[in-house]
Order: sequence, then structure tokens, then C-alpha cells
Amino acid sequence: MAALANLADHYNYIITIFLMVAGLYVVIAHGNMIKKLVGLSIFQTSVYLLYIGPAKIIGGTAPIIDAAFGVYSNPLPHVLILTAIVVGVATLALGLALVVRINEAYGTIEEDEIFERDIAE
Amino acid sequence: MSLDLIIRVGTKLILPFILLFALYVQFHGDFGPGGGFQAGVIAAGMVILAAITFGMDAAKRIAPPRLVEFMVPLGVLIYAGTGVVALLMGRNFLDYSVLGHDPVHARELGIFLVEAGVLVTVSGTMTALFYAFVERGR
Amino acid sequence: MISIVNAALLTLLATVTVAIVRQRSLFGVVILAGAYSFLMASLLIALDAVDVAMTEASVGAGISTVVLLATLHLTRTREAPVRRHNLVALLLSVVVGGALVLGTLALPPFGAADAVIHHHVAPHYLANSVRETGVANVVTSVLADYRGYDTLGETTVIFTAGIGVMLLLRSFRGRRRARDDEDGAQ
Repeated sequence: MAALANLADHYNYIITIFLMVAGLYVVIAHGNMIKKLVGLSIFQTSVYLLYIGPAKIIGGTAPIIDAAFGVYSNPLPHVLILTAIVVGVATLALGLALVVRINEAYGTIEEDEIFERDIAE
Repeated sequence: MSLDLIIRVGTKLILPFILLFALYVQFHGDFGPGGGFQAGVIAAGMVILAAITFGMDAAKRIAPPRLVEFMVPLGVLIYAGTGVVALLMGRNFLDYSVLGHDPVHARELGIFLVEAGVLVTVSGTMTALFYAFVERGR
Repeated sequence: MISIVNAALLTLLATVTVAIVRQRSLFGVVILAGAYSFLMASLLIALDAVDVAMTEASVGAGISTVVLLATLHLTRTREAPVRRHNLVALLLSVVVGGALVLGTLALPPFGAADAVIHHHVAPHYLANSVRETGVANVVTSVLADYRGYDTLGETTVIFTAGIGVMLLLRSFRGRRRARDDEDGAQ
């Protein structure tokens, strides 16, 4: 019973780590570069959850000050993650631009085929 | 360009409201959710929607590539310039409390200027990204 | 305790992630990634992070999807079957995941008001934001005022990434030719 209560208390962490590990797996195991970048985004989004989860206070509200409320969730992780999201898409676009150039140079976006061509040359 | 009539007319109707919503998100960011990052992305989304529906030429009439490229560094300059003005007025970099007659209003003004810088850079960069990818495919 | 809405959204996120990992069609992957972003945005609203949710919905589900689709148009839409052994990757992922879960066991329970994170600088921001900056949305005041340096750095990163994409994808030769054509037409 205690273990079940602990699971309910830490369920958000467990899912966060599952997303993180799934992203890591895609980055390692898949050779397709677009898939790799999507995996990297999943990894990145799991970090958003890792920050935002602990910021929540049960019974609190969004951190916009109003006389009607007394308890607010922690605004600091929100600020850090807000900027991280926009930086994340900018870096994703940079990665995809590299993928486009690699596809033009090698005619493929599969890692294995690129390595084979490098060895053949 | 023989897309569905409903899409073309519907898009034409909502385009100005998307831009208006972006401005609302920008200027109401002090009191509700929003700010420069979100407003910039929504404004860029308007240009992307126009490009998808009416083609790149129409999008480029709304947001000329020259202007978009100019906006990318301009926002960072507005942001850093606000900090430098505070520096020149004898305070720390990005300490806005000297920009006005009393510290609270000065800091509000500083936040407004900085958010404007963020809006300019984010909307410019996102539109420029989209243009770069589409131009490559031509 | 975690609310039922949060638990359901978290479970859906995990399900969509499994679907993304198993999907071979890259078009499907991109659309699922968009669904993932909207689920994440809903979850962020449930966690009281409204500003972050708005950003995730517009950036993650909007711009990311558009850029990914543009890349698919320029490359290919099918992933080649995985040839190598995935066992090593799977083992590594399970070990890393297990270690991380062990690490979270000692963390404070979800939503606890007495966690350490809520007793550092956050109370100062919440108590003084309106008095010191006149801005009611604490996220905005921390973003643009208390932590202005941070945001300046992030804006510079976006600027740099934008310049990088333009350098990588622009064909400068083609543009010069286009300008010559224009001059010739005049």
C-alpha cells in the first residue's frame, strides 16, 4: 500500500523518465536523422516536465498575482522552460537544415548509408 | 492555386485576427499569460498560414524577406540597447529602474522594451526559418 | 497525490511516445509529434504553467511541425528498416532509466507546498513583483526584469540559430543570378 502511495506521488517523475529514456533510445538506436531529431525533441520535452512538475503546488494557481488567490505555483521553472522551448525549436530547425544539406550531399538521411559511402570513398 | 474556396476565404477572414491576437498576447503579457516569445511565434504563424494558402509571393508581400532579415538582429539590439542605456545612466546593465521618473514605472517600461525586442527577434527568426526551408525546395 | 487529469495526460503522453518510436513512416512521426506537443501543452495547463503551455502549443505543435514537414518535403518520408542490433541501446536505456527512477525516490511528493524549491527565491518574486515592477504576471517580470540576462542570452541563441539556418539553406549563388535577372529586365 505504501509503495502504491509512493507511485501515485512520483507518477509524474516516472513518466518523465520514461519519456527521457524513450528519447535516448531513439537517438541511439535509429539511424534515420529526422527520427533522431524527433527523439531529441522528446528528450528535451521530458526535461520541461522535469522542471514544471515540481513547480506545481496542489491547491495553488498560475503565478499571476490577484487579490482573490493566495497560493501560486513557482514561477521560476516556468521562466526557464519558456525560453528553453523557443531555443529548442531554433536548434531543431538548425539540425534539420543540416539534415537537408546532408541529404543534398549524400542522397540519403540514413546514418548507415552515409558511413558506407564515407568508407567507400 | 486552385485550393478550396472555403480555405481561401476563411484564411483571408482570420489572418488579421491572428495578428491582432499576437499583439494582444504581446501587450497583455503583463496581466495574463503571454509575452514576446509567444506573440512572435503567433505573428510568424500568420505569415506561414498566408504562405500555405496563397503561396509564397503573397506571404512575401505581407512580410518582405528584407524586412524579416533585418528584424532578426534588430530585436537583439533593442534588448541589449535597453541594457546599455541603463548602463550609460549610471546603473548596472539591464537595471531598468533609471529609465523613468520613478523606479516602478521605469521597470515597467524596461520590461515593455525588452519584450518588444524579443517579439521582433522571435517573429523575424521564425519567419526567416520558414522562408529558408521553402526557398530551398523551389 | 496526483490528480486524475494529470495522470491520464501523462499516460497518454507515454502512449504517444511509444507510437512515435514504433512508427516507420516519417510523416506519421511528425503528426504524432504534433499530437505529443498538444498533449504536453494540456498537461502544462493542468500543472498551472499557463505561459509555458501557450509557448509549447504555438512553438512545439506549430512551428516545429511546419519545419519538420518542410524537411520531409526536401528529403524522404520513409525510414529504412533498422539493420543493427538494438539490444545494446535497449539495455543502456533501461539501465539509465532505472538509475534515474532510483534517484527520484527521495524527491518530495508531487505538489507538496513545503518542498525546498518553493523556499528559495520564488517567494520573493511572488511577494514583490507587483510592488517593484508593476507587473502582475510574475513569469513576465522574472523573465524580463529579475532574470533579464538569461533572456538576453536566449534571444541571442535564437538569433544565432536563425543566422545558422539561413547560411546553411540559402543558395547565395542563385540569389545573385536572380538579382542580375532583375537588373537585366529593367
